[in-house]
Amino acid sequence: MEQSTAIQQASNVKNKAATKSAALQEPRIIRYTLTFIALAFLAFFIVLPLVTIFITAFQKGVDVYFAAITHPDALAAIKLTLIVVVIAVPLNAIFGVMAAWSLTKFNFKGKNLLLTIVDLPFAVSPVIAGLVFILLFGSQGLFGDWLFANDIKIVFALPGIVLATIFVTLPFVARELIPLMQTQGTSEEEASISLGASGFKTFWYVTLPNIKWGLFYGLILCNARAIGEFGAVSVVSGHIRGMTNTMPLHIEILYNEYQFSAAFAVASLMSVMAIFTLVVKDIIAWKSKSS
Amino acid sequence: MKKKRNFVLQSLALISVLSLSLTGCSSANSDEKASDQEAKKSVELLNVSYDPTRELYDEFNKDFIKKWKDETGQDVTINQSHGGSGKQGRAVIDGLEADVVTLALAYDIDEIAQTRELLNKDWQTEFDHNSTPYTSTIVFLVRKGNPKNIQDWDDLTKDDVSVITPNPKTSGGARWNYLAAWAYAGKLYNNDETKIKEFMKSLYSNVEVLDSGARGATTTFVERKIGDVLIAWENEAYLSLNELGKDEFEIITPSLSILAEPPVAVVDKIVDKKGTREVAEAYLQHLYSEIGQEIAAKNYYRPRNETILAKYKEQFPQLELVSIDDFDGWAQAQATHFKDGGTFDEIYLPQ
Repeated sequence: MEQSTAIQQASNVKNKAATKSAALQEPRIIRYTLTFIALAFLAFFIVLPLVTIFITAFQKGVDVYFAAITHPDALAAIKLTLIVVVIAVPLNAIFGVMAAWSLTKFNFKGKNLLLTIVDLPFAVSPVIAGLVFILLFGSQGLFGDWLFANDIKIVFALPGIVLATIFVTLPFVARELIPLMQTQGTSEEEASISLGASGFKTFWYVTLPNIKWGLFYGLILCNARAIGEFGAVSVVSGHIRGMTNTMPLHIEILYNEYQFSAAFAVASLMSVMAIFTLVVKDIIAWKSKSS
Repeated sequence: MKKKRNFVLQSLALISVLSLSLTGCSSANSDEKASDQEAKKSVELLNVSYDPTRELYDEFNKDFIKKWKDETGQDVTINQSHGGSGKQGRAVIDGLEADVVTLALAYDIDEIAQTRELLNKDWQTEFDHNSTPYTSTIVFLVRKGNPKNIQDWDDLTKDDVSVITPNPKTSGGARWNYLAAWAYAGKLYNNDETKIKEFMKSLYSNVEVLDSGARGATTTFVERKIGDVLIAWENEAYLSLNELGKDEFEIITPSLSILAEPPVAVVDKIVDKKGTREVAEAYLQHLYSEIGQEIAAKNYYRPRNETILAKYKEQFPQLELVSIDDFDGWAQAQATHFKDGGTFDEIYLPQ
């Protein structure tokens, strides 16, 4: 008797669960339509342009493709882009960790102001970011006369391009770390300090291992943006071919010279870099989950 | 835990090694460059130019480099920067260290002379022919067979014609286009300003895309296939014809146009600072040489040298040309037509 009620109860629960899940699920047709719309949208706005890049790149043959990406100006652009990335990304990593560390583990006056300032480059248009550096370091600018007299070039040269890139990519690492470090709280650090570890030791052995995946993720986003930044860099570049053109600027120049295949060849190289970055990002996301 | 820590340490080490080696490479390269310069005393020039001259200076630079090497034994590297003429002038004012500027119109070089006094105010007298070694004019590029039968400026005001021209506020080339149309209307209506403005208004109401630069406008017409007629530099029109298909476009030369004089100048303060005056002057002077003139003609710029012009006369049909002096010079033309509140603001109503 008891047993049968138990079975009955169990089947009741089962039924309930079944009706509940049916209520939570949309009719099949709606599910399929929504999936289809999402996929069609992605295909049209992302896959199609990406495929077009590669088709146009190879339109005039493999020879033209390789000639385009091994042209001295193209190689100079690739090299310049890499140099900019290698300078800008580590600097932003250091700054981002420091900013996130001080904003989440300490209390001080003006904390919210600092938080807002960290976000500023996201809000400001890249063109304005570039113009700011022209206003500061251009010949008409604040330091213009001094720079000219001492023969130091900042804008229309590598330093200006690096500065503009750092400015635009500044929030990525900090923004990735701040929410993460906020949820982690300060208890582990407090424990470490009370056990007698120094501040640096605490950071190195307690904080850093906790945030490493967030840090990598931020670095990857920062890296992707540093490679692809167009607006701010365009303003401070001066467009000297073979010298101050980064890859995005070089693509624009090729396009304007009617070398459409060459332009898309370099564009395809950038797309490959972007896809590679995304794959690395996914591997990191997957690794961070599994650990 | 230990494993994780190792991973972090390893990756940090990897990143720092990578960055060190890369920066190491680049500094090694610049060292190499520096020692090269000392050995051969090579010299670098930066030519800041406008959009349509890319192909011209590509060819011309090669010739000059060879000539300079033959004559002086010195290696010269010429770096090029191209963009909209106004924007390029602006960049030089802001600190782009150009040894020579070769821009679309004298006004842009005047601006450099006035705002920063990088060159003498009378720079235009330093080379022959108002410092313009080559000229061009404004013509029409139409689709093959000329389906809308466009022959002259008044055809552009017809209701069913769609016109592509860049924005005269930002593009040097577009200002020449505007003034050429204005000159035609002036002749047609005996300089009756109300009627000229009427004419300009109906012409610019036919403009379908107002790009910011000459190259952008050409791409709109040629690649994106928008519009019935492109108002363009003669050299730009020929270039489109040759690069992108003789069977797709035709050039129509109107009855009257403007003599476009894209000037060149040595930027005094920069060459004196860099010590490149001699080579910079020789560079611009070489544009006037027979071979320089021939290269200009081959790139569809009208050479100043009469013999070479005659040699290419089929390429450059005769037409009535007004000059910027008919508009009392660039400063006046700029003030009357293109400053805020000028005639362009009056006649152009964005659709």
